[in-house]
Formats: sequence, C-alpha cells, structure tokens
Amino acid sequence: MEKKIKKVDLIFGKVDHLDILNNSFQRTRDEIILDVIDSGLRGRGGAGFPTGLKWKFAKNEEADQKYVICNADEGEPGTFKDREILTQVPEKVLAGMALCGYCIGASEGYIYLRAEYNFLLPSLYKAIDQFHEHLKAMKFDFTIRICSGSGAYVCGEETALMESMEGKRGEPRNKPPFPTSEGYLGKPTSVNNVETLVFALMIAQEGPAKFKEMGTFDSRGSKVFSVSGDTPTPGIYELELGMTLEQFVEEFGDGDTKAVQVGGASGFCVSRKDFRSTLIGFEGIPTGGSMMLFNSSRSMYNILNDYLEFMEEESCGQCTPCRVGCQQLLKGIEAVKRGVKPPSYLEDLQKLSDTMRIASKCGLGQSVPNPFNSIINNFREEIIY
Amino acid sequence: MTRIKELVKEQAEKHGRERTSLMPILQAVVRSEHYLSEEAMIAIAEELDLSTADVFGTASFYTFLDTVHRGKYIIRVCKTITCHMKGKDEIIRTISDILKIKLGETTTDSRFSLLQANCLGWCHKGPVMLINDEVYPEITPEKTSEIINEYLKKK
Repeated sequence: MEKKIKKVDLIFGKVDHLDILNNSFQRTRDEIILDVIDSGLRGRGGAGFPTGLKWKFAKNEEADQKYVICNADEGEPGTFKDREILTQVPEKVLAGMALCGYCIGASEGYIYLRAEYNFLLPSLYKAIDQFHEHLKAMKFDFTIRICSGSGAYVCGEETALMESMEGKRGEPRNKPPFPTSEGYLGKPTSVNNVETLVFALMIAQEGPAKFKEMGTFDSRGSKVFSVSGDTPTPGIYELELGMTLEQFVEEFGDGDTKAVQVGGASGFCVSRKDFRSTLIGFEGIPTGGSMMLFNSSRSMYNILNDYLEFMEEESCGQCTPCRVGCQQLLKGIEAVKRGVKPPSYLEDLQKLSDTMRIASKCGLGQSVPNPFNSIINNFREEIIY
Repeated sequence: MTRIKELVKEQAEKHGRERTSLMPILQAVVRSEHYLSEEAMIAIAEELDLSTADVFGTASFYTFLDTVHRGKYIIRVCKTITCHMKGKDEIIRTISDILKIKLGETTTDSRFSLLQANCLGWCHKGPVMLINDEVYPEITPEKTSEIINEYLKKK
C-alpha cells in the first residue's frame, strides 16, 4: 500500500471567514455541532478529545455565562505551528472562537497566549479590534480578550491554564469536574487548541464529508506538523493523517535518520526498525504536531537527559509522583552513565516511571514515561555507555 | 507614596482589583521594573487585599515573573533539544564573553541578564534567543555578537 504523503491547505489558505460565520449563524447550533462530531475532528493540541462532543457538553450546560478559551500556550518542545497559524491567519482563529461561542452559547472568549509569543500581541490586538467591528455589524455579541502566560509549560494543560487565568499558580485541577461543566471561574468552558478552532471553522464551510474522507478511521482529516531536528527541510506542513513514520522520514529525513521523537518531550521515541510499522495518528502514535528527527550523530543519552531536565523544571510540583519522579529519573540516568549505579538500575527507574504514569495528577507526569521508556527500550546501550 | 506603590496603584486602576487582575498586574510590574521586588509584591498584596504569601506563591511559580533582580534587557537563550543540537552553548559562550557575565547573572550596570529558557517554539530555526519580547531566530555566534553590540549602543 504505497501512499505518497499528501499535503493539504485547509489551515493556511485564505478564506472569507466572515462569510463562513454569516452562513453558520443561519444554521442551528445543533446542526453545526453535529457536523463537527460527524467530521471526526479531534483536538489538535495532542490529547485528541472529540471537538464536537466537547462543544455539545458545553452547550448542554445551563449557566448565566460560558467561556470559549483558545489554548495558545504552545509549549511542547518541537511544536511551533500555533505561532505560525496566529501569525498568518489570526482572523480564522478568531472566527473559530466565535463559531464555538455561537454553538455553546458563550459571549466571551479568551486567547491564552504564552509569554514567549508576546511579540504577537500588537498584531493580534489589531486583528481582534477589526474582528469586533465585524461582529458588531453582524449583530453577534462576542468579545475576545487575550490573557498572557508567564512561561510555564504546564499551563498548556487546560485546568492549569484556567487557574493561571484566575490569577493563581498554574497547578492542574482534579478532573472531574471537566471544564465543560465547571471551567473558568466555575462556568462551563470550552478550551480548544488554536489549530482545532480553525479546523472547526473549515468544517463549517466545507461540510464534514471533505474532512472525513481524509485520514484514517480514528484520525480523520489533516494536521499541521512542526518538523525539526536533523532534516534538510525543517518547517511547518499540513499533511493528511494516516501516513507511516517510514513515509514521513522518506519525505523529511536526511537519509541517516536513526530515530524520530513523535509528540515532543511528552511523546514517544521511535527507532529506525519500527518506522514501517508505526502509524502517525491516534491508532498509532499521536502527536500535537511535534516531529523531531535525529540522525546517527546524535547521542540518545543527551536527548533523554534534555527531555528529563525539561520535565523536571516544568513539573508544577503539586503531586509527589511527578515532582520527585522527574528528579529521580534524571539523577538515575546520570548515575548509570557515570557508573555509580549498575545498568540494572534502569529497570528500577522504569518501574518508577510506570508508577508516575498511574499516580500523577495530570498529563505532564503521566506522559514522562513515554520518552523515558521508549528511549531506554530502544537505545539502552547509549544510556549505559 | 513610593514610585513602586504608585505603579502598582496605577495598574490596579487599569486592570481591577479582582484575583483575575493579579497576573496582568504582576506582568506589568515586570515589564516596567524587570523583576518583582519585595516592595512591589507587598504593594500588590495590599492593593488587591491578598496575603503577601499568595502573591509571592503565584509570582514564583512562573519563569517569566522573576523575583530576583534582573537587568533592563533579559536575554533568554533556548536550551531545549533542537536548539541544544544546533549549538546554543556557543551562543551562550559568545554572549558571556561580550557581557562578562555567566548564565543566571546580571551585569553590574543592571543592563543585561543572561538566562536559559525552555523551548521558545522556534525549533525549526534554532538556535534562538529572546531579548525581552523580541525574538532572534537562526542565530550564529557572529550574528549574536552583532545583536548584542547593537543593544550595547542603546541607552
């Protein structure tokens, strides 16, 4: 089954976003939500929750106020697509937010923008002002504001993000209650990734069929990938889902790719022997877009060390498995490398990482075992010697 | 009223005195003062009727809300994976040599601080650094020294 990688242009193509909104406002909220559900669109931030369902849950809540939040706290190492979307087509993101607002019945939207992207603020404010004017003309009551982050990776987790918006430490909450019932300021809230909102807008324009015919059963449509590392063509590409890693590496590799980290520091490391059997998508290895390629000149020990250092610094420290786990994993591989601990100590560390997966409160601690176990299993010698 | 207290009051007028106003106020003080002094945090606590521990607890959670003295230009070199692979260490060495400070330090004239940051979101154009809000992607040691020298000429 030879299939060339298909490039798609749904996200960055220019459209008349006001026209799409106008047409959508002629339809009922349920019709649009059903289209989004039918399209199979799943959250593009990485977790992959079905977007239409999220909107439906938020819509079904009774409340005097609801909120739409656009998650632009793109912090996953290797991901930079949301920045590009916000730079090139901010109006599509804003329209996606308004569409979500219409569907769930919210009159306020927030963009949570990471501090590292503060340079985008002037252009975003300009786009928002223009957009507000248009909404006023369309007589649709919806206001968008920007909340700035202050350099915390964990705030990309939706409940930590809302804590931060509420002026607190960005520590994830317990779930349930889910944000669609109790979110920002305790009100029903739909938190969606930048890319997801644009896809929802495009589905409203094109209908679900066009989206659904792309990709695979579990991973419909296309996705924006951020490609970096040892590649002659780093950059941002919108590709149809459903390709194997082998096809991906043929397109983007430098001919000497020994491993690809799919999904950033919280994702999985796949070694060359598994490229052919690995599908990029929810039935294989999901990714929020981060694809880092490593060639044979790279030490996988250094790479794992970098990932763990990142997680150790970004762990919010609230729950013990993650706070202590990250520290111990990092110290542990350093000790094995130096010969202070025997190679068999790696097995103890893997048990610890399994515990982190089960016992950590949020996705950060739960996903540290992904890079840890996959790199140790695939490149054990490089960690020890 | 001291200058800091005035600044905090002015920001509270602008952003409100709700808990949700805390982050914008902390961010505004950092923009103006480059860090959050004890005096500033106490003033914010009083203005918003919060405990000082709560203000410090929130501020200290965030990497970009420094609670130690920083220079006017905060240089943050990305240190995560791809930028590491593409030579961020050389960039840091270059800046260190020009400004005569090590990582984490501030020049004696309080103009520059040199820090590392976790992923800045420019992995395809690494190495990259931020100077305050300004981004400098695809830098080389040569380009870096040009940029830093430009900043040195600034007032």
